[in-house]
Amino acid sequence: MNIKYNDFVIRFANVNGSGSASANGMFAKALFRMGIPVATRNIFPSNIQGLPTWFEVRVSEKGYLGRSEGVDIMVAMNAETLVEDVASISPGGYLLYDNSKPLAKALKRDDIHEIAIPISSMMLPEFSDPKQRSLFKNIAYLGALAGLLNIEFDVITGMVSTQYKGKDALIQPNIRSLELGRDYALNYLDAPLPLQVRRSDAVGDRIMIDGNDAAGLGSVYGGATVCAWYPITPSTSVAESFENHSNVLRIDKETGQKKFAFLQVEDELAAIGVVIGAAWNGARSFTATSGPGISLMSEFLGLAYFAEIPAVIWDIQRSGPSTGMPTRTQQGDLIGAAYASHGDTKHPLLFPSTPKECFDFAAQALDLADRLQTPIMVLSDLELGMNDNLSEPFEWDDSRRYDRGKVLSAKDLDEVEVFGRYLDVDGDGIGYRTYPGTHPEKGAFFTRGTSRDEFAVYTESGEVYQRNMERLQKKWQTARTIVPAAQIVDKGQSVGVLYYGTTSLPMPEALDNLAQSGIHMDTCRVRAFPFGDEVEQFIAAHDLIFVAEQNRDGQMRSLLINELQTNPAKLISVLYYAGLSISADTITEQISDYYIENKFSRVTEVQS
Amino acid sequence: MTFVAKPKVHHPKLPVNEIGLTRRDYEGSVSTLCAGCGHDSVSAAIVQACAELSLPPHRFAKVSGIGCSSKTPSYFLNKSHGFNSVHGRMPSVMTGSNLANRDLIGVGVSGDGDSASIGFGQFAHIVRRRINMLYLVDNNGTYGLTKGQFSATNDKGSTSKKGVPNLYEPIDLVSSALQIGASFVARSFSGDKKQLVPLIKAALMHKGMAFIDVISPCVAFNNHSGSTKSYEFVRDHIHNVMDADLIMAHDEVTADYAEGSREDVAMPDGSTLQLYKVDADYDPHDRVGALNYVQRMQEKGEVVTGLLYVDPNAVECHDIMDTVSQPLNELTEADLCPGSDTLDSLNQRYR
Repeated sequence: MNIKYNDFVIRFANVNGSGSASANGMFAKALFRMGIPVATRNIFPSNIQGLPTWFEVRVSEKGYLGRSEGVDIMVAMNAETLVEDVASISPGGYLLYDNSKPLAKALKRDDIHEIAIPISSMMLPEFSDPKQRSLFKNIAYLGALAGLLNIEFDVITGMVSTQYKGKDALIQPNIRSLELGRDYALNYLDAPLPLQVRRSDAVGDRIMIDGNDAAGLGSVYGGATVCAWYPITPSTSVAESFENHSNVLRIDKETGQKKFAFLQVEDELAAIGVVIGAAWNGARSFTATSGPGISLMSEFLGLAYFAEIPAVIWDIQRSGPSTGMPTRTQQGDLIGAAYASHGDTKHPLLFPSTPKECFDFAAQALDLADRLQTPIMVLSDLELGMNDNLSEPFEWDDSRRYDRGKVLSAKDLDEVEVFGRYLDVDGDGIGYRTYPGTHPEKGAFFTRGTSRDEFAVYTESGEVYQRNMERLQKKWQTARTIVPAAQIVDKGQSVGVLYYGTTSLPMPEALDNLAQSGIHMDTCRVRAFPFGDEVEQFIAAHDLIFVAEQNRDGQMRSLLINELQTNPAKLISVLYYAGLSISADTITEQISDYYIENKFSRVTEVQS
Repeated sequence: MTFVAKPKVHHPKLPVNEIGLTRRDYEGSVSTLCAGCGHDSVSAAIVQACAELSLPPHRFAKVSGIGCSSKTPSYFLNKSHGFNSVHGRMPSVMTGSNLANRDLIGVGVSGDGDSASIGFGQFAHIVRRRINMLYLVDNNGTYGLTKGQFSATNDKGSTSKKGVPNLYEPIDLVSSALQIGASFVARSFSGDKKQLVPLIKAALMHKGMAFIDVISPCVAFNNHSGSTKSYEFVRDHIHNVMDADLIMAHDEVTADYAEGSREDVAMPDGSTLQLYKVDADYDPHDRVGALNYVQRMQEKGEVVTGLLYVDPNAVECHDIMDTVSQPLNELTEADLCPGSDTLDSLNQRYR
């Protein structure tokens, strides 16, 4: 038998609120603990109970973490979606279903394997409570999969023991359900399947965590003391993570009091208002939201831009407004965030693509906001934020000091001869600020939008306004030099691909696929806006650049054209925006098609 | 726009307070509001109250929204930082400011458009969060800067300058503040400094959310006959229930009130809040009673003023959140960053 190890996609079709999440999570974690790279994806509705939900695990010895089209194993636990679930299985794949009720003839497919387990009937004598019966059904499936895929059983039972530590009454029925499933598979089915897992060292020292949790923890490490927020999917868990970690890591040992303020406010307008008020008064502060929240915050973002007040805003992007598709991922907020608000405004953006980068950027954004005295937006998305991702472990250099930017203390104020809040003393476009209450006589000023001079004195002079706007432009040039630089791999190819955020996840696989068909490209992973010189040079050095992103309008491409005056003909969009994350297959196909349509020759460059 | 700066030289005989400062040390820039604007009287009352309390003039955080009222923080306490923010959003900015540094005295100035219309939600929520501050509304029932539209506090039937009546129900901020959880609620009149200054002093020293609604007539757009926010109408319909004064620990009581009508309330800082009942039946510690009273009088067209409600033992937002006593903006890496060893063990938890 030809056995394929550690390379498949498994999808669990569940009913929202049926307790499947815990069993599904254990499945992914078990493989991760066996050292096998996994990527998880939750596809969930805007609903608490009843609607269909899917959980997908990509298992890849090669470490490909992007979404893959097609499903190799479908665990069909939702009668309502059975038709589409069966249809989505790749030829040669497996359908795992509960044959307590027979499968309708119409659903039969010749090109897939059926694996029938009478799970409901098996659970009937075991549990009298219907709710328990339904809950442990999920666990029994997990047991069956352990038998079918050859998952190390003690890894799973070990997790059950840890998870229910202190709730011993729950351990036994969990283990029992696991055994029921496994034993059925081993006794009555052709287990293990030719599709199997086996212990690997491909995970290395990586951790498994979702990006939002990493962002919350990074904000703790970065010294945020005020978090104000309003619940919105898929960003809510950023704030919750900050609170959870702070409740452990930021408690005064003597008094038990909190070294942070965490406030759920009435809306996103208030959230950004609190962040700006706190930062004005010298506390590091942040909020987390999604696209609709950015829209609501726009007026305040403009004020903070003009009044030059630090703020950090996490935008966990999703698909558009209202409800429904917003529980799906997208990279659709670039232009809205970059130029948010009235008048001439533009804001630095950071694009993390791994949980490690969420952690790092959380702390770095707080530094950048203080240094540049302006709002910094971190654009993550649902794909990164809400799914467990493999990530390099977090690191912190204990000698690192927070960069609080240009702030004058009472002593500094005694020493300076002239203080003007908006004077460009250093020529980098950034003035010195003071916190309220610093000095009895010096350094107080009145903060307002634009109608003031270098000394923060009210004026409606057009000349002064224009001078100020030019200084802000100079500050923008400073920002270009200190935001995270793009990561570039340049092997001298004539064609490049530029991408950012979670579009990075399927990219290694797409590049391998393309290379196999003779298409070789250099890569530029953009990590921030405004673009640094390296991005400009990358574009200049290539004849053609594919810009891969997850929105309809090619928003990154627009930013490149607008900010770098790039010739639009040079930038070819590779787009996907149907709610799931972009797959390697999509990228490969769109780029290959372009080559075919334009009769580009392949392997034109000899690999060095 | 230009204006003449006030001379910095003080008259040598100006009285000094306990920290050696004169009233001039609490002033701000010259007002650019209309001559006779009630708001200027309110700013003057704030200056006088702060000077009399001998508070350090740089230890305030002044925050406002947008509108005539919101310009006024420039006109008092120019040794303190001020923030003229976004229309209707003073409460959120003040909340952040207070979370960052609980030691500063928060003074939020807003208007009726700012607090009862565009910012009604923010007003309600800062009150329910009980931020420790003075929230003062210069209430003139009109939009001055956009030339005289009705605001949401304008009484139904009150007319515009052209004689057009307001058709909609008014929002009474005092009633809302009482209902939502302010622990100090007062109403006053910009034309009654004798009442207003002591109320501001008491509010500044109150620990918790102190709300004062000051009827402050707009001389340009809402001071005509037919308006219920004119100087004349307010003077004729004012109904004072409770005077208040804040007596510092060592001061002597000199006020002249009938025996038995006085109540002394100990303040957290050692001073005494003295309440003088003008209306013998009024109980300033009965929140629901106060709400009832204000609403009944409003039905009769009377404007109830004075200290309407006070809870001297109130909690404020930092108590509720249980934050450390040191201002959050003073915490350093040592307080805030858990360090690499802790991070290593956290990494382990994610394996």
